[in-house]
Amino acid sequence: MFYREAGDFKTTYVEDSQTFPIKLDRWRYYAVLAIAFGVIPFLINDYWANAVFVPFLIYSIAAIGLNILVGYCGQVSLGTGGFMAVGAYACYKLMTAFPEVSILIHVLLAGGITAGVGLLFGLPSLRIKGFYLAVATLAAQFFLVWLFNKVPWFYNYSASGQISAPERTVLGHFVTGANTTASAKYLFCLVILVGLAWLARNLTRGTAGRKWMAIRDMDIAAEIIGVNPLTTKLSAFAISSFYIGVAGALFFSVYLGAVEVGEAFGIQKSFLILFMVIIGGLGSIFGSFAGAAFLVLLPVFLKNVLVGQFGWATDLAAHIELMIVGALIVIFLIAEPHGIAQLWKLAKEKLRLWPFPH
Amino acid sequence: MKKTLTALALAMAVATPALAELVVPNLSYRTGPYAPSGIPYADGFSDYFELLNARDGGIGGELVSVPECETAYNTEKGVECYEATKGLGSLVYNPLSTGITYQLIPKVTADGITLYTPGYGRTSAANGKVFANVFNYPANYWDGASIIINHLLDQEGGSLEGKKIALIYHNSAYGKEPIRTLQELSKKHGYELVEIPVDHPGQEQKSQWLQIRRDKPDYVIMYGWGVMNSVAVQEAVNIKYPMDHFIGIWWSGSENDVEPAGDRANGYKMISFHGTGSDYPIYADLKKYVIDAGKAAGAGDQVGTALYSRGMYAAMVISEAIRKAQEMAGHSAVTAAEVREGFENLDLTEERLDELGLPGFAQPIKSTCADHGGPGTAMIFQWDAAAGAWSKASDWIEADQDVIAPLLAEDSAAFAAENNIAERCN
Repeated sequence: MFYREAGDFKTTYVEDSQTFPIKLDRWRYYAVLAIAFGVIPFLINDYWANAVFVPFLIYSIAAIGLNILVGYCGQVSLGTGGFMAVGAYACYKLMTAFPEVSILIHVLLAGGITAGVGLLFGLPSLRIKGFYLAVATLAAQFFLVWLFNKVPWFYNYSASGQISAPERTVLGHFVTGANTTASAKYLFCLVILVGLAWLARNLTRGTAGRKWMAIRDMDIAAEIIGVNPLTTKLSAFAISSFYIGVAGALFFSVYLGAVEVGEAFGIQKSFLILFMVIIGGLGSIFGSFAGAAFLVLLPVFLKNVLVGQFGWATDLAAHIELMIVGALIVIFLIAEPHGIAQLWKLAKEKLRLWPFPH
Repeated sequence: MKKTLTALALAMAVATPALAELVVPNLSYRTGPYAPSGIPYADGFSDYFELLNARDGGIGGELVSVPECETAYNTEKGVECYEATKGLGSLVYNPLSTGITYQLIPKVTADGITLYTPGYGRTSAANGKVFANVFNYPANYWDGASIIINHLLDQEGGSLEGKKIALIYHNSAYGKEPIRTLQELSKKHGYELVEIPVDHPGQEQKSQWLQIRRDKPDYVIMYGWGVMNSVAVQEAVNIKYPMDHFIGIWWSGSENDVEPAGDRANGYKMISFHGTGSDYPIYADLKKYVIDAGKAAGAGDQVGTALYSRGMYAAMVISEAIRKAQEMAGHSAVTAAEVREGFENLDLTEERLDELGLPGFAQPIKSTCADHGGPGTAMIFQWDAAAGAWSKASDWIEADQDVIAPLLAEDSAAFAAENNIAERCN
């Protein structure tokens, strides 16, 4: 009954190849956008922005980035935390060196710099594969964190090694620093996320994405049919790192405002984002959102229920929360190894047949 | 639609607790690798306010509510906790984490709330001319480093010329803070400084202690936290490093840090800006009103330990600042802005400490608009493994302000320039 093509006639090729070919799906997409831009900014407060929406939006960008590399191109990476750190420190250096340039440009430039670094660390992928590549990217993670700790130039020689984001505005509204309003923070991240997600979706539907998937599915066969592994793998590394760099820059400048590399961008962050991609669904843009939502919102939700509603001791709640999240991850992966994106897809299939399943 | 929205807003306003209580959130951590340090502090902090509520009916007749929020020493959770508790009408924050402090400094300044960071946080916050809402008396990291060096000078008969001193530190903002001061002091006193970082969380220190074993430094200073402390003490015991040449800052000196190493940890030193142990008269009241009444926070097994005392110290200073604010404002239900004034005009005398049942527990504090840093003194304590207690090994030692003052001025000026802050108090 739902999600049917019936009655939805396509008369041009453009209509036929759009992202959401089914009418209901398309309307759902427009409705989500309308609520995200038209309703939430008016209702949001500091708590919802800082604890829920901003981290969710930023982690979504990072998860999309990693999904391009792991899910679409099949190159396993454990260096996400390190690449986010590159984005954050690049953004910090740019913000302090060129205070008159817009923060939006700095964030995108920070992504560009991270793309360059990602390209460099992607070079070994031409020779090594699978777990061995994962170990090579792990080296990137540790090297980058060590570098930002070791070289004082990156943190402008501050006594503590902390970097703090100065106040910056976009169109006259603060987006970094303590005077930022909840809605400005939210909208700034939302605009970047929507732009990047749209780009990622279209990249993965086009030639670039098909090449990545060919390499992922069988690299020798891909090479035989004329896919160049050098440019394909390196472009996946560069574009993925760009997304992760932008996420790192936003994470530092808009979300936290002050970070230190070991704590904010350690190996835990690499694993967290990899889990988001795996739980959400490898090779799916929707899966990146779902995975980020699952791992960002669930702990906050559980904390509010256990401590806020039941009045449990904070340490007991924190331990139970870890167990519940861990158990849910295991249950999810047993019940549906292809992640939340696959569950969503199955739900849509079922809805199409409802109420007359055959 | 408008009607429902108004009704909703009204319902929310009613749902928030009445603002008659004084709210002092406890951003604690009882889980993760920093729990061995976080638990005793959080217990001491909560128990002191519990005592005030049970014995005196709060401060000036207003009950104190201490909502607890678990941060796990993690900055992202710290932000969530700050935002979650801010709306309750919170007066003071004491996050017990240098990383979270760095994030909260601009936020509390914008929200007009006080941040009290005794002995941690951003050292240059001692300069009240730049940091209006942040207070870190009675002592800071740089005072601590200088006090340790002064103690070593004392041990070596006034000269450290040609000595080798190793600093083993948590590789984070916290651990890096003393490096500049120790470098400046090494120029002055002619010792050689060896910097040895330990990465979060600090469970793996074999290579660091191998380096210490090879370099044979005359003294080892530690700036560690959480599980890192007990691992370091154990490793020092393993390489048979002389324990009385191993000195921790106040955050590296709790019972939980030395007890796992057993008898051989005997002689380990730490500095502290307050006394420890349960010999103070206040513990009689604490036992009567809190512990025997079953109201003690946590498991109740930390009473009287070094970090419990520090949590109590922080709660005591906060409650005295609130009292001062009530006195100045002339009413008991004080606001965050009035409490900030209370912190700025705090005058904690020895007589007042006697009245509180804490004679000789701490140094008097007299805060001013420009001075948010306090006296900057501390005592040396030495671990007595047989008695299972810290014994006092020195009187109050002062820090070398000739070296620290210019560093403070420089760092706070850099912060002021970065954030366009005009100096106050002129």
